[in-house]
Amino acid sequence: MSDAHAHSVAFVRDTEIPAAPPPTRETGAVKWMRENLFSSVANTVMTIIGVLIAWYLLSGLIPWIVNGTWQGDDIRECREILGDSGGACFAVIRERWPQLLYGFQYPDELRWRPTVAFFLLFVAVPPALFAMFLPRWTLALTALYPFVAYWLIWGGSVLSPVFVAMGIAAGYVVFTRVERRGFVPGLLAAVATAVAVWWLGGFVVEAASGVLALEPVESRAMGGFMLNLILGVVCVSLSLPIGIALALGRQSRLPVVKGFCVVFIEFIRGVPLITLLFVANVVLSYFLPPESNFDLIVRVIIMITAFSSAYIAEVIRGGLAALPKGQYEAADSLGLDYPQAMRLIILPQALKISIPGIVNVAVGLFKDTTLVSVISMFDLVGLIRGPILSSTDWVGVYWELWAAACILFFVVCYGISQYSQWLERQLRTDHR
Amino acid sequence: MNKTIFVATAAAAGLVAIGAQAQTLNQVQERGTLNCGVTTGVPGFAEPDANGVWQGFDVAVCRAVAAAVLGDPEAVEFVPTTGKTRFTALASGEIDMLARNTTWTFSRDTDLKFDFVGVNYYDGQGFMVPADLGVSSATELDGATVCIQTGTTTELNLADFFRVNGMSYEPVPIETGAEAVQQYLAGACDVYTTDRSALAAQRAGFENPDDSVILPEVVSKEPLGPLVRHGDSEWADIVRWTLNAMITAEELGVTQDNVEDMAASPGDNPEINRLLGTEGELGAMIGLDADWAKNAIAAVGNYGEVFDTNIGESTAIGLARGLNAQYTDGGLIYSPPFR
Amino acid sequence: MAITEDPGRRSGSGGAFQLSQLINDTRYRSYTFQFIALVLLFLGFGWLINNAINNPVLAQVGIDFGFLQTPAGYDINQQPIPYDSQDTHLRATVIGAINTLIVAFLACITATVFGVFAGVLRLSNNWIVSKLMSIYVEIFRNIPVLIWIIIIFTVAANTFPPISEFRIPRDGSDPDRGLLFGMMAATNQGVFVPRLVFAEQGWLVAIVLLASVAGVFAFRAWARNQLYAHGREVGTLLPTLAILILPAVIAYFALGRPIGVENPEMGRFRFEGGFTLRPSLIALWFALSIYTGAFIAENVRAGILAVSRGQTEAAAALGLRPRRVMSLVVLPQALRVIIPPLISQYLNITKNTSLAIAVGYMDLTGTLGGITLNQTGRALECILLLMLFYLTFSLAISAVMNVYNNAVRLKER
Repeated sequence: MSDAHAHSVAFVRDTEIPAAPPPTRETGAVKWMRENLFSSVANTVMTIIGVLIAWYLLSGLIPWIVNGTWQGDDIRECREILGDSGGACFAVIRERWPQLLYGFQYPDELRWRPTVAFFLLFVAVPPALFAMFLPRWTLALTALYPFVAYWLIWGGSVLSPVFVAMGIAAGYVVFTRVERRGFVPGLLAAVATAVAVWWLGGFVVEAASGVLALEPVESRAMGGFMLNLILGVVCVSLSLPIGIALALGRQSRLPVVKGFCVVFIEFIRGVPLITLLFVANVVLSYFLPPESNFDLIVRVIIMITAFSSAYIAEVIRGGLAALPKGQYEAADSLGLDYPQAMRLIILPQALKISIPGIVNVAVGLFKDTTLVSVISMFDLVGLIRGPILSSTDWVGVYWELWAAACILFFVVCYGISQYSQWLERQLRTDHR
Repeated sequence: MNKTIFVATAAAAGLVAIGAQAQTLNQVQERGTLNCGVTTGVPGFAEPDANGVWQGFDVAVCRAVAAAVLGDPEAVEFVPTTGKTRFTALASGEIDMLARNTTWTFSRDTDLKFDFVGVNYYDGQGFMVPADLGVSSATELDGATVCIQTGTTTELNLADFFRVNGMSYEPVPIETGAEAVQQYLAGACDVYTTDRSALAAQRAGFENPDDSVILPEVVSKEPLGPLVRHGDSEWADIVRWTLNAMITAEELGVTQDNVEDMAASPGDNPEINRLLGTEGELGAMIGLDADWAKNAIAAVGNYGEVFDTNIGESTAIGLARGLNAQYTDGGLIYSPPFR
Repeated sequence: MAITEDPGRRSGSGGAFQLSQLINDTRYRSYTFQFIALVLLFLGFGWLINNAINNPVLAQVGIDFGFLQTPAGYDINQQPIPYDSQDTHLRATVIGAINTLIVAFLACITATVFGVFAGVLRLSNNWIVSKLMSIYVEIFRNIPVLIWIIIIFTVAANTFPPISEFRIPRDGSDPDRGLLFGMMAATNQGVFVPRLVFAEQGWLVAIVLLASVAGVFAFRAWARNQLYAHGREVGTLLPTLAILILPAVIAYFALGRPIGVENPEMGRFRFEGGFTLRPSLIALWFALSIYTGAFIAENVRAGILAVSRGQTEAAAALGLRPRRVMSLVVLPQALRVIIPPLISQYLNITKNTSLAIAVGYMDLTGTLGGITLNQTGRALECILLLMLFYLTFSLAISAVMNVYNNAVRLKER
């Protein structure tokens, strides 16, 4: 029967028909939209609302940007050029761009120095961050960077940063030699050596102050976005070692040390940064010797460093607590003493866990450096709120300036946080 | 043991501190620059220009003192201060003098331990309103929203004025003058109040200055002047007499242009000669060179010139001399004699 | 971490005490360290205090809190308790503290709403919505909150309709704009809304309402008990509404309508009567909420992602309906992850309210740390009090949070 059927009617196809393209509603953009935008009534409604919001924002923003002008030397000329187009007056950014970046007091002809220091940052930072990919010697670049950057930004003889660096290097060498006799003697010897080198260096610097001298620039001349960057970088780097010490101190079994660390951390974390800046601005000078005359920027760095080290200490404490107890016990069973166990076993692991948290603190701190505008320092925000907005040339121009400030901060902070997430992924894979 | 060390250091530091009080002049000369506190920006009075060079009426006083003490009007480190920080900056020694639209009041002079050395601008608090608000007197402002720049005596005067007149108002305190103007122009407040000089200065920068009027009432006395720390009378004398030299110079017709000639070829007016150091020992009496006043005047000009170039009627700010004319012209500007 | 091999212990325990034991013997070494630390600490503080004592200006001015009892002399716009310029600095300080708490409380609520909303929507499978939420989170997280506060303050002053359009023109004609529903207006001098006016017995109605809220909780507990103990499901929606509304309505009419509404009315310059939300409050409130909301969104997202998919599937396998899966299985576990960072975000909001100074909102930093400090020049005293307030508040919240953390901790091991 089947035979007959097979012969009489060509019912069974013996060749494969060519694959037809799937129906349009199952392919490409349509399918994607159906699945991602209109899968249900609620979803459709949300899509429509989303599109409306996006449309509303873009329809306001795009004409403003597209019709904007970069011409004109003051607000009146700018308005004349714009007419009724409703565009932005970006001329203010063109004219004030150097001020926004460097502040209005940093000498024009020296602006290349902070610029070079900024770009060197990209050479100096990767060795610390990408330690797993780069050869170990590149860390020396990172170690060298603070001195080079100081010399470039503040100027003066190259000898003073050189001697500071030499003191630290000598201290480190002495430390590695003496360390086998114990951590504390090693540390003391290192400090003594460093101080001796600095003391000797002082004479040399005084005698030969003109060696490779760049024109010195006072701290007070720092301003603009550069000030935010300086404060952020300096305070975060300074607060890392202090934060580690505080975190270890908080875990210590010595009540005096522990008590001090707990009180310090909780106090700093309990008050807003702005009150600490008020302290730096109006109170701290009462507590320093009358003739010491610390710059405002130095006082601010002291307070912001104290602030961020308390937060970093808490992050590192989390890292220490997350380490399995077995690591501590293993270190003990090897007969390592406390400094050795910490330095060789515990801290490397704890710091690795803490890196994303530390980066978060760093980003937060960098954003918080804008608060110095409240105590009459001309950082990016202070500069916009003060001299630029009050200048008669640009009265009434603020959207453009704030947009510029937003973009500058966004680029830096988003970059750092993207990097942090990338690092988190890297660290996770090599854990497993 | 601890305590002994503490007491010993305390005693030593105390000695140093007492010594330090009388040494502002030495410190300035050693440092080579004068640290002068100014505002963070009031057009005409103290404001960095597009190149970052500080300009203005108060700035000129700083430069004059620097010229008198150091011989160089550029040897000034301008320290921008806010209403909150100005007094501690001065008290802590961060700045040597404050020339920042600061009103001379009893409690500041006594309780806060400062010395006002004189008055360089007689001001008074006023009100600015949009012309289309239809207000012609401050007594019609019952119920209005008032923008105030905080950190000055302005808030207290305002509270007193409305209280005395039995009126109510909505205070909107704003930190910086620029933002207060921004709020005022946006209509977020009906009235902007601060010293009349600052009102005039800021109104001059508006797109349409005629859309705003400054009301006739002056609700307070605001003698603005430079001040120094209490307890260093030598330094106070230097700042006081530098200011007086500028005023006397105008009275005697000594200007920036002719001061060099007058000093080079002394005339027969003994007061001019004493002022310019060609006669007598006035400079030595305050520990400065004989040509200190000449340097100050050569650097910035006399009081009238400083007024005219920074805030006078020919500038965008356009303030009339008014109370700030020489006493010979019916104003209050009056310097004790150089003798 | 004790060191087992301890040379000092053997020699020290039998023989006489040797000075070297202070460094080499672990029993004494910790005392040596602590003693040194203590001495250093005392020297450090001694040095600081010594400098302050010898400061020539501070020595003359002294430290004196007496200024708190003198008349403040300035006016404050937002007064949660009655205040007059002749009241003392202390009262101005208290008003500042209350204003701080008001804006912190409001911002905490709205930040949570924004954060939960954005966090959940960011996980939505709607592409546009999740992208919009990612953009929101990234933009707000990466730009300083101070800039946001200033921008929103500027927006409030420049984009809200000017109050002059609501004013009655001098010729007596109708103003350009009227009140929305005859009772509220959003202007660049603030948002004006009606205010409840309590007559003498009005408080009774409020008390009845509070009692009904308590009643609702009691009823829900009873219903749950019925479900768990007897397997009887009791509908809760209608009874809840009834308990909440009926007694209050009855009390309201029985007492002769003691609660009235006061609408804002246009005066010569601005609206009078009603309740005013000032631009400074709106800017600070909104900026803090939307900024912190971006952070909370990340916490919420992490919390939801932290609940493993197996949990949802297991609950579904047990036959729970999707709503119950969410409320009984996912949420309790997600909250355990979300709440601790959420509380620290609340603390951040409270501390960030001090940025009020940028927009002239009269919080504690604006009164005590602002005008009072400026007028009296008592910087040291004012800043000390300011820090003390924030510190006390933060520590109190941290203490509560620790209690909570201990309560919800997984009881393992």
